[in-house]
Amino acid sequence: MKMKLATMATVAVMAASPVLADLVFPSMSYRTGPFAAGGIPFADGYADYFTLLNERDGGIGGEKISVPECETAYNTEKGVECYESLKPLNPLVLQPLSTGITYQLIPKASADGIPIHSMGYGRTSAANGKVFEWIFNYPGTYWDAASIMVQHALDQEGGSLEGKTIALLHHNSSYGKEPVRTLEEFGQKYGYELTLLPVDTPGQEQKSQWLQIRRDKPDYVFFWGWGVMNQVAIQEAANVRYPMDHFIGVWWSGAEPDVLPAGAGANGYKSTNFTGVGTDFPVFDDIQKYVVDAGKAAGDGLSLGEVQYNRGLYAAMLAAEAAKTAQEIHGTASITPVMMRDGMEALEMTEEKMASLGFPNFAPEFSVSCADHSGPGIALVQQWDADAKQWNAITDFIKAEREVIQPLIQEDSMAYAAENGIEERCE
Amino acid sequence: MFYREAGDFSATYAQDQQTFPIKFDRYRYYVVLFFAIFVVPFVINDYWANSLLLPFLIYAIAAIGLNILVGYCGQVSLGTGGFMAVGAYSCYKFMTGVDIWWGGELLFRLPEMNIFISVVLGGVMTAAVGVLFGLPSLRIKGFYLAVATLAAQFFLVWLFNRVAWFYNYSASGQISAPEREFFGILITGPSTPAWATYLFCLMFTILSAYIARNLTRGSVGRKWMAIRDMDIAAEIIGVNPLRAKLTAFAVSSFFIGVSGALFFSVYLGAVEVGEAFGIQKSFTVLFMIIIGGLGSIFGSFAGAAFLVLLPVALKVVGVDWLGWPTDIVAHLQLVIVGLMIIVFLIAEPHGIAQLWRVAKEKLRLWPFPH
Repeated sequence: MKMKLATMATVAVMAASPVLADLVFPSMSYRTGPFAAGGIPFADGYADYFTLLNERDGGIGGEKISVPECETAYNTEKGVECYESLKPLNPLVLQPLSTGITYQLIPKASADGIPIHSMGYGRTSAANGKVFEWIFNYPGTYWDAASIMVQHALDQEGGSLEGKTIALLHHNSSYGKEPVRTLEEFGQKYGYELTLLPVDTPGQEQKSQWLQIRRDKPDYVFFWGWGVMNQVAIQEAANVRYPMDHFIGVWWSGAEPDVLPAGAGANGYKSTNFTGVGTDFPVFDDIQKYVVDAGKAAGDGLSLGEVQYNRGLYAAMLAAEAAKTAQEIHGTASITPVMMRDGMEALEMTEEKMASLGFPNFAPEFSVSCADHSGPGIALVQQWDADAKQWNAITDFIKAEREVIQPLIQEDSMAYAAENGIEERCE
Repeated sequence: MFYREAGDFSATYAQDQQTFPIKFDRYRYYVVLFFAIFVVPFVINDYWANSLLLPFLIYAIAAIGLNILVGYCGQVSLGTGGFMAVGAYSCYKFMTGVDIWWGGELLFRLPEMNIFISVVLGGVMTAAVGVLFGLPSLRIKGFYLAVATLAAQFFLVWLFNRVAWFYNYSASGQISAPEREFFGILITGPSTPAWATYLFCLMFTILSAYIARNLTRGSVGRKWMAIRDMDIAAEIIGVNPLRAKLTAFAVSSFFIGVSGALFFSVYLGAVEVGEAFGIQKSFTVLFMIIIGGLGSIFGSFAGAAFLVLLPVALKVVGVDWLGWPTDIVAHLQLVIVGLMIIVFLIAEPHGIAQLWRVAKEKLRLWPFPH
């Protein structure tokens, strides 16, 4: 109740304050620190798409876009500082690109009335829009990723994981601990045994964990790493000659900078992914023409088509589409964060829409609703080809077993609601 | 001209021994206090509170705590981060109601404590843990003690990650502060007013500084300093090293625990032990007291201000005013802060506090230095 009052007060203040000229999409990036390898291309993709919209279309619905950047270094304290310095700019949506910072901001942003889009990261149970009004994590959650990895392992084993062992090598933080609950649940369903191998942040020290893997020889290693931890893990796996096609990473552990340092040893490593890879999409012609060749690229223009770059691009595209939806709903071009939230909740991504934007077959179709903030949870599995130096999709889009995950989401989000005195919406 | 004793007579011992014996100094101190208590809360906003003042006040408490141990008692410690974690996790357990289990059954559950009491109890728990890890200091000294406290750092972080009881079995392994009030005003949680959190932390900072200052110039502090300067000589003149060292560990850990509790509950609201209280934190606080000045309460404040405010100031100048790319500014921050630490260690090994002392001496004679 208290939270509701505070939200209403903030909304009232925001409605009263004069509307700013620009649509503000801040980029909470990290171009420094141990996680920069993933942070830099993502931030570049995010910024480049908005530059493209400004240059080619003159913004969104005639409103120019500004993308103020704030360096978090994946650090919670700096994230808080960034949040406070971005708040007065009336940001339409915040994308912290860090599960830790997202956890930090969920209560704050909910009280201040700023939408958060944690795309495929953050708190999984934020998928329950009835409880988490301001938080979105479409198109998928960590628990979906875990389910998809289990299904892929099932396929590979011919339909049964009975008596198998799976080791979860994970970052020892809220990010890495997120899938534990789901994997335990699936373990009961499919009869595999789960071992947890936490790695302390930032994750360069994995010798003992890999020794344990070499000794125990688990049938599968599922991997929840990020930044420098990915490169180390893949190198260590190559060193202990772990079969790479049984080593599956989450979507944050499968990009070019992660596998390249291990050279040929990384061949066959797998990861889940929910975005297209490479530059064979029409949107890249426009980016080359309006952004890179015009000298306006956020980075050096070399990371185009890389996994994380494309994901940053995708995040920006979803934000822009949500803004367009919000403009249609409210009939005004200069939208506020409150309107933006409505747009995100009514977002519908169809194949035609994505094709018309230059993203054909780039990502799964999904739609967001008041109760469901995460979409269906669909992703594919990709495999690294070290000779050709490229990721190849080896499965179709796989749908997560939501009948198992949904009760877990319900349970976790209701616990949060009870803790914070939130009443359910969407009746 | 300034800071002159002339005309400043003391008629009693109490007057003669006060912290600020010079009238000008005393009034300056009152003005600063007045400004901090009665002016700042009326002009503060969320940005100033959460980005600058709260971290400054909280780190100042931690720096005071560590300064007592390292600066006054001469026992090097690298366990600050771990001790802050003890404060944070105890505060969390006390504010959510401590539950005691035995053989899978809930024996009893303490009621949820008031936030003020939780923070103080966080400090008390940390003092107990600090004494425990201070025991080796009776046998080992210098670098070897530093290594022993380093072990405390890693052990405590591991413990809070490993034992789910400490984070109330939450799925993410994080602890997050629920909404709590102090005299009917929200102090923790997302919708706290900036002035309230600021005043709450300011209260703890002023109390800590007051207690620390008076401890260090009394008999307890003199014993600490005797141990620091030469422990064998101190023992011969009748200082009990066991009591002196363990009280230093207890008092120091108490302040560090309080700062950890505030850091978690009021400032961040949710923490992850590995990230928030890692070895990095121990070094940050150690740098604060080295730059600020070992063995000086003012130095603790100066060092905390230096390391909290400088990065933000550099960011504001670099990114917001000059419009440089964020990564360049972030790297420049590392370069500049690192450079200034080296410059300070070479040019003024006694830290900002010594600069301040020298400046006061100069001002006292100004404008006729001869």
